[in-house]
Amino acid sequence: MASPRSSLRSPLGAVRGLGSAKDGTHHWWLQRVTAIALVPLTIWFLASLVVLSGSSYEVFTAWVAQPLVAVLLGLFVGVGFWHLKLGAQVVIEDYIQAESTKIIVSMLVNFATVLLGAAAIFSILKIAI
Amino acid sequence: MAQIERPLSPHLQVYRLPLTALASITHRATGVGLGFGTLLLTWWLVAAASGPEAYGNFQWFAGSILGILILFGFTWALSFHLLNGLRHLFWDAGWGFDKQESHKASLLVVGGSVALTVIVWIAAFIF
Repeated sequence: MASPRSSLRSPLGAVRGLGSAKDGTHHWWLQRVTAIALVPLTIWFLASLVVLSGSSYEVFTAWVAQPLVAVLLGLFVGVGFWHLKLGAQVVIEDYIQAESTKIIVSMLVNFATVLLGAAAIFSILKIAI
Repeated sequence: MAQIERPLSPHLQVYRLPLTALASITHRATGVGLGFGTLLLTWWLVAAASGPEAYGNFQWFAGSILGILILFGFTWALSFHLLNGLRHLFWDAGWGFDKQESHKASLLVVGGSVALTVIVWIAAFIF
């Protein structure tokens, strides 16, 4: 990298487009919003696991088909994958140095979370409707 | 540029990590683990939507020794991430930064996550 003294570019010109786009806390804040939403949803999910463990096909699908359960389960899955995407992004940015690998891995994580989330939510809707 | 021998800050491996630091890295590890665990959750739901045969395959895996181990680990990871996540939210609000308080909260999180996991599994066998 050229030392700043050898360049005619102003310091402002060198950083323009690289800095804060006035959404510096957006990622951090969304991580917290999804976390808070997941607290009651996770407690509900853990309690449901207690009742559902080892349940048959008929019992499980009848449980998912209840409107309130379908909505809560859909929210748990949707918000959960969103929270996962945000968290995984931070882990990737912390540990992967090479810019190209970083972009490829975070893109793969985005695709995987959306794919799994879509499959899970579609399945809930298929059972419930 | 001449190489100047500057004193280096002691790195991670020379410290005995305090419990709070261990809880912090475990929070990240459980988060990554839960990420892989979503494969199982999605399999469960897709299998149920696909029909009794696919659901049977999932049940067979969930009932196997490997399946039970993974589900047990998933329950603990979820319990830990939930409790330590709550502690992080309290930190965000500015509470619990005191050294002693933080250590006590770490103990509470570790103990609580084990207790919650055991309660869920015992309750699952009873109900």
